Amino acid sequence: MDQFLQQLVNGLSLGSIYALVALGYTMVYGIIKLINFAHGDVYMIGAYTAYWVTTYFGLSFLPALLVCMVVCGLLGVLIERIAYKPLRKAPRITALITAIGVSYVIEYTTQFFMGTSVRTYPPLLPNQSWTFGPITITYLQFVIFSVTLVLCVLLTLIIQKTKIGRAMRAVSADENAAKLMGISVDNTISFTFFLGSALAGAAGILVGIYYNSATPLMGMVPGLKAFVAAVFGGIGSIPGAMVGGLFIGICETLVTAYGNSMYRDAIVYGILILVLIIRPAGLFGKAEKEKV
Amino acid sequence: MAMLDVKDLHVHYGAIEALKGVSLKVEPGQIVSLIGANGAGKTSLLQAISGIVKKSGGEVVFEDDSIYKVSPRKIVSSGLVQVPEGRHVFPGLSVYENLMMGAYLRKDKQGINEDLKKIYERFPILEKRKNQDASTLSGGEQQMLAMGRALMAKPKLLLLDEPSMGLAPILVKEIFSIIKDINEAGTTILLVEQNARMALQIADYAYVMETGNVALEGPASELASSKAVQEAYLGGA
Repeated sequence: MDQFLQQLVNGLSLGSIYALVALGYTMVYGIIKLINFAHGDVYMIGAYTAYWVTTYFGLSFLPALLVCMVVCGLLGVLIERIAYKPLRKAPRITALITAIGVSYVIEYTTQFFMGTSVRTYPPLLPNQSWTFGPITITYLQFVIFSVTLVLCVLLTLIIQKTKIGRAMRAVSADENAAKLMGISVDNTISFTFFLGSALAGAAGILVGIYYNSATPLMGMVPGLKAFVAAVFGGIGSIPGAMVGGLFIGICETLVTAYGNSMYRDAIVYGILILVLIIRPAGLFGKAEKEKV
Repeated sequence: MAMLDVKDLHVHYGAIEALKGVSLKVEPGQIVSLIGANGAGKTSLLQAISGIVKKSGGEVVFEDDSIYKVSPRKIVSSGLVQVPEGRHVFPGLSVYENLMMGAYLRKDKQGINEDLKKIYERFPILEKRKNQDASTLSGGEQQMLAMGRALMAKPKLLLLDEPSMGLAPILVKEIFSIIKDINEAGTTILLVEQNARMALQIADYAYVMETGNVALEGPASELASSKAVQEAYLGGA
């Protein structure tokens, strides 16, 4: 039981990171109905940005976090403007294939400039931990929880309470009607990419510190898992992405702890298959009716 | 000087020509009705005026300025606002949030609040349901919401696309009397309707469209009594 609780804590911290990445998938899907497969690579760029600004500019954790979020946010906007905007009226599959292409471009451009070697970080956070009965929480885990919590609350406030958040929901509900209200659909989509990619940037620095490494291909597998988390929660649903991320993180950690770590990826993809068979709309998703 | 002046407007969807050179005028303070069968191009015309559909020739002038190449955003802020066919309220947003989307481009907080109050007075049901998801409203309530939302943009000219579509007869009457009220309060109206009888009753001037062209035009009362219109759109005399 004690070990179970400890593993739960570990799973929640891994899951928080998945949740941050999953939010970007779900927001972008919500507004332009695109699975942005380059999203995992934005998160990788976040980890590299963190490596750069902490190693070469000596930034401490919080400023580095902010820089990562801004850099990734802008990268997201750039990707949308260059790669997806010209395809907005094209069939969905065209944009999807483009997203895969963008993913490769980012991965191999990074590899070209940074090489394949693993980059490690200078120590950014105190090597401290607290013990509550059977559970030990490291300083890093505490930071992951707090950053995720703060960002999720901020995101929810932006989406629910601000004018631009309302515009995001309006565009995602009915693009043409939104235009008739005078909402600039392009700007709203850019803003959505900025928010989603900034969250991926935050996840990038957190995971970089967690595993103390950054590599050009590090975004692929976590990106896919975060995608599974978004589908599990119901793609397009913000709370769904949060819950889905935590759930996937916990499943993966528990399988590693109690089963066989060989199956930790298999269990995630297994969940994807089960969701698609049993409830394709996901936990919080609404079944979409095909428009004729 | 006409408030809205559409001259020889063309719209193509691929190889199909939806508007084949439509000309129409709306004078300030009027209600102008546009009637015609399904597929005549009425909705295409409104979408083209609002800048949602690409125009392929002609000219559109609103209050002395050409809006032929202007973005929908600028068209709305200049005071030309549309209530689209099929209401298109935003599901997932509350009634209040839907109304506020109408005021998206406005910065005058006080004016927005005053207009919100007026809209709640005009449509008490919207105030009662203000925190409800817009998609839970009935068809008539959604039409009122769509109209209230457009009024929040402070339109000088309101384009209404089939406001009575799919509503029970008693509601149709109510919607038309609201349209009349809105007009009397100072908003000019261009109304597209299938319900030709009602549309001609409240209008000052009317146009009849047939397959991408204006087939007939004239003062609404004259059109209502013309034999051709009666036979084609009013189900005989």
